[in-house]
Amino acid sequence: MIKETRQIMGMPIVLMTPDESLTNENIGEVFSFFRHVDETYSPFIESSIVSRINRGGVGEPEYTDELREILAIAKSTKRQTNGYFDVWYKGNFDPSGIVKGWAIAKAAQILGKYTDNFYIEAGGDIQVSGANDEGSPWRIGIRNPFDRHQNVKIITLKDSAIATSGTAIRGEHIYDPINNKELNEVASISVIAPNIIDADRMATAAFAMGAKGIHFIEQLDGYDAYAVMHDKTAITTTGWHNYEITP
Amino acid sequence: MYKKLAVAGFVIATFVIYSLHQRNEGSQVVQKVSTSQNVTSQNAVSSSNTTSPVASTVSYKDGSYTGKSSDAFYGYVQVRATITGGRLSDVTILNYPQDRDNSVEINNAALPRLKQEAIQIQSAQVDGVSGATDTSQAFEESLADALTQAKA
Repeated sequence: MIKETRQIMGMPIVLMTPDESLTNENIGEVFSFFRHVDETYSPFIESSIVSRINRGGVGEPEYTDELREILAIAKSTKRQTNGYFDVWYKGNFDPSGIVKGWAIAKAAQILGKYTDNFYIEAGGDIQVSGANDEGSPWRIGIRNPFDRHQNVKIITLKDSAIATSGTAIRGEHIYDPINNKELNEVASISVIAPNIIDADRMATAAFAMGAKGIHFIEQLDGYDAYAVMHDKTAITTTGWHNYEITP
Repeated sequence: MYKKLAVAGFVIATFVIYSLHQRNEGSQVVQKVSTSQNVTSQNAVSSSNTTSPVASTVSYKDGSYTGKSSDAFYGYVQVRATITGGRLSDVTILNYPQDRDNSVEINNAALPRLKQEAIQIQSAQVDGVSGATDTSQAFEESLADALTQAKA
């Protein structure tokens, strides 16, 4: 099994394949693409197109085809999430929330030229194809949001993607005055979809929706989700169990 | 508003983590909670007064210290720590990854009943792990940097 990890875009990028015929050039092509994404779309790099748009230095006619592709995904996501996901905020352009999933999807396309069996991850968001080194579907742990060294669920994925959005830090405290107790909050939500662009954008939007997020995913065809709540219970969509393995 | 409250909660939690981390057998000083408004054009949120038990026995020099800007991918996190009477009295978030527009409600009519279960730690081998990108780590890095300056 080949396993390579690089730190790019402020997070670990992990590439795995059981296909030993992959060359260093093939692997280098994938990581070079992530570096290109960082340089081009980071709002924190002054020369990036995102920074230049925010300075008012780039007009729409000058947008690259690649940027138009990202903007098209952003636009449909905003519509599908009733505005919960927007790359424009108070006049500032920040497509980071789309770029991560999009970059993984593009990297998967590059890998697909060389092998049918791979795992590509950027900071906990994963696209898999085919099988692992045992010829089985890829086994993915869902990280415990309260302890990053533990998993709270194990699933298997084949030709699909998973993304997790959340924080272990307690956020909004909402009290239920009738039952005199604190309402439960979402610590993290993991979303499975056929491709990582969809898994990533819907995980981000669902987390922003709070407790309603898992219901939002339930209503979408082809998606499933697992939400970990602050009371250490989890809520699953009705199709989630199809991915679970029994320990 | 949701995000402001979330950020405030985040600050409170970090206070708690830090004070637990640093205390020996200190007493607990409980303060009241309120949140105030943006401090920079970057949608940063200032939080003053927290419910945190401030129980550190480490002595700091009074003043305000700005931590380094730490990369959390979705943006940089940067905080300013204020020391009063030798204690960490306030943490102001100078920069925080961008908010999302969450002004539109989703239709929550007739929500289906979904399965709920207790979480269970799994020890079986996996190929990879899915988890959220850590903004809390960047936050702690920036605060730790500010506190190091305060000790000097």
